[in-house]
Amino acid sequence: MNLTLRIWRQTGPEDKGRMVTYPVEDISPDMSFLEMLDVLNERLTLAGEEPVAFDHDCREGICGMCGMMINGNAHGPQRGTTACQLHMRQFTDGETIDIEPWRARAFPVVKDLVVNRNAFDQIIAGGGFVTAPTGSAPEAHAAPVAKADADAAFESAACIGCGACVAACPNGSGMLFTAAKVTQLSLLPQGQPERYTRVIGMVDSHDDAGFGGCTNAGECTVVCPKGIPLHTIGRLNRDYLAATAKHTGRS
Amino acid sequence: MAVTGLVLVLFLVAHMLGNLKIFTGAEDFDHYAHWLRELGTPLLPYGWYLWLQRGALLVALAGHIWAATMLALRARSARPVKYAHRNKVQGSYAARTMRWGGVIIALFVIYHILDLTTGHLNPVGDPTRPQANVVADFAPERWYVTLFYTLAIVALGFHLRHGAYSALRSLGQQTPQGERRARGLALLFAVALSVGYLVVPFAVLLGLVR
Repeated sequence: MNLTLRIWRQTGPEDKGRMVTYPVEDISPDMSFLEMLDVLNERLTLAGEEPVAFDHDCREGICGMCGMMINGNAHGPQRGTTACQLHMRQFTDGETIDIEPWRARAFPVVKDLVVNRNAFDQIIAGGGFVTAPTGSAPEAHAAPVAKADADAAFESAACIGCGACVAACPNGSGMLFTAAKVTQLSLLPQGQPERYTRVIGMVDSHDDAGFGGCTNAGECTVVCPKGIPLHTIGRLNRDYLAATAKHTGRS
Repeated sequence: MAVTGLVLVLFLVAHMLGNLKIFTGAEDFDHYAHWLRELGTPLLPYGWYLWLQRGALLVALAGHIWAATMLALRARSARPVKYAHRNKVQGSYAARTMRWGGVIIALFVIYHILDLTTGHLNPVGDPTRPQANVVADFAPERWYVTLFYTLAIVALGFHLRHGAYSALRSLGQQTPQGERRARGLALLFAVALSVGYLVVPFAVLLGLVR
C-alpha cells in the first residue's frame, strides 16, 4: 500500500505546530497503524529528520497509552479498537490519512501526537479511590455482590483512560471517563463509604481541569475502544443528585 | 438545563392543548382566551394569573439560556485548538443542532409574541378576537407566515427530541433499557407536540377553520 500521511508536527508545548505531509510506500495491509508509523519513523531517522513522537506501550489494546485522531475519528475508523490494534487493511491504497493529537485544553500537546493526560490523574485524585484497607484478595463469598451490579461495575472498570472520549466530545468533556471511574466503585460494597463525597470531588476536579460540560451528544461512547455505554453518565448524575441533596462532600 | 427545560415543556403542552380549542369553534376559542385572564379570580385580580405565569416562564427561560450559554462557553474554552480534519458529529441531528436550534426558537418566540399576543405584526391584531387573529395570520396569501411557523415548530421538535432525552439522563436515567425507553419517549413526545402545533396553521391554510 502507498499512502499519503498528513501529520501534526509540533516541536514542543510552546511551538505553534502544523500539518506536514509524508508519503509512505510499501505498507503491508497486515501492519498495525502504529507499525506503519514505525516504518515512517525509521525512514525519517535514516534521513536525519526528527521522528514523529507518539504515545504507545502494550500495543495490545489494554494500556490506554496510544491514541490519536485518525481522519477525524478518535482511534481511527474501526469501532471498539485502539489505534495500536487498528490494521492498515482498514484503509485503501492511495488514501490520504490525517493524523492529529487529542485536542483539549486539559490535554496540552507535549510534542507531535503526544498529549499530557495528567488531568485524568487529577480527576482520580478528586475521589476515584477507596480508603478501606483491602489487603490481599479476600475470600470471594465474604462480601456478596449482585450479579447485575458486578457486571455493570466491570463494564465501567474496562475503561483504560485513553482520552478518546474527550477527544471526540464536541464539548471537550471528560464525563464518560469520570462516570466510568465513579461507577466502578459506587456499585461495589467497598466503594460505599465514600460514594457521595467521591462523585462531588471527581466532578469538581473534572471541571477545574478545564474540561467542558456534558450535553449527552453521545460521541464519546461511539469512539470508546472499550465500549463504555452512555448511560454510565446517568449513574454518575444520579449519585451526584443524591450527593447534592444530602449536602455532603464538598470540602 | 433539565429543570428549566421541563418547566418550559409543561407550558408547551398546555399551550398546544389550548390551541386545539380552535377546532371546537370561534366562540369556544375566544372564550378560552378570555378564561385564561379570569383564571384565579376572585383570589387574584383579573389578568394576574397570566402575568404570574409569564413571569415564571421568563425566569425559566432566562435560566435555560444562561445554562446553555455557560455550556457553550465552556465547550469553546475546552478546545482552544480546532481539529484540521473533523468528521461530522455522529450523534443525532437533534443533538448537534441544539444551540442554533435554540436561537431559532428564541427568535420565533419574539415574533410569535409580537404577532399573536400584542398583535403588532398581525393583520387583524384585535386582542378581544383571538380566533380572527389566528385565521387572518395563516391565510393562504400569507403562506410565508405559515412556512416560518412550520420551520420553527420543526426546529422545536428536534430541540425537544434531544432535550427530553437529555433531561431524563441528567435527572438520573441509568439503565440500557431505560435509555431505549427514554429515546422512544422523547421521539414520540417531540412528534406529538409538533403535530399538535402544526394542525392549527394547516387547518386554516386548507380552509378547515375559518
